[in-house]
Amino acid sequence: MGFSTRYRGNILVVSLSGELDHHTADELRTALEKELDKDIARHMLLDLSQLAFMDSSGVGVLLGRYRRIHAQGGKMAAYALHPNLERLYELAALSRVIPVFAREELAVNELKKDEVPGR
Amino acid sequence: MNDWFLLRIPAVSQNESFARSVVALFALQAGDWSVTELNEIKTAVSEAITNSIIHAYDGNAASGEIVVQGKVTPGALEVTVTDFGQGIGDIALAREPLFTTKPHEERSGLGFTVMESFMDELTVSSVPLQGTTIRMVKYLRATTVQ
Repeated sequence: MGFSTRYRGNILVVSLSGELDHHTADELRTALEKELDKDIARHMLLDLSQLAFMDSSGVGVLLGRYRRIHAQGGKMAAYALHPNLERLYELAALSRVIPVFAREELAVNELKKDEVPGR
Repeated sequence: MNDWFLLRIPAVSQNESFARSVVALFALQAGDWSVTELNEIKTAVSEAITNSIIHAYDGNAASGEIVVQGKVTPGALEVTVTDFGQGIGDIALAREPLFTTKPHEERSGLGFTVMESFMDELTVSSVPLQGTTIRMVKYLRATTVQ
């Protein structure tokens, strides 16, 4: 699995690639927690276009980050869901907490929708 | 045609990717699976192996082994994943959606739900302190039986 992070204002954009399973989940969890500890990000946006495999261990990591983001008043979203993830995403009902958009801009608009200026 | 395989591997997380890839390659010989179906098989296998590493050997995974067997039967692929760990105390409870014995480790509790949903048959047999065998079967769609 590979990942890269960048910021769009207070949105941490995380691009994932390869395979997210139990083995790679720990590495991602640690990296994202470290990034969130910087206290820059209010929201998190996942680019799932290159993530060709994910199992329930990956779901656990994403939900764990959602809980933290949500607790601090932020939102999570994803865009460009890889077709291989569609069934798992549906089974885990992930879109209830991490809605998926076709493109980055649409997701960013959603995340910023209720934003109060100032943070 | 190779109609069966047996894979014996150390129960470490590095092997999850290897094991599910082996099963996917083997499955391809069994018939004309769609990309979605192959991905379902890989995901189900990944769940079974992850369960063995996390739960069966609980922290002592490096000393444990997992045996993965694949078999092609007419119109179906059968995969069994066996470990020799601590076994499952209450199988019915373990199979309940969202149930996990390790919530503090961010386990989603969806492993068995994924296996049940992505495969056509799932059988779990377990003996305390001896181990667990997960048997999963996926049917080839009628149009693709070879």
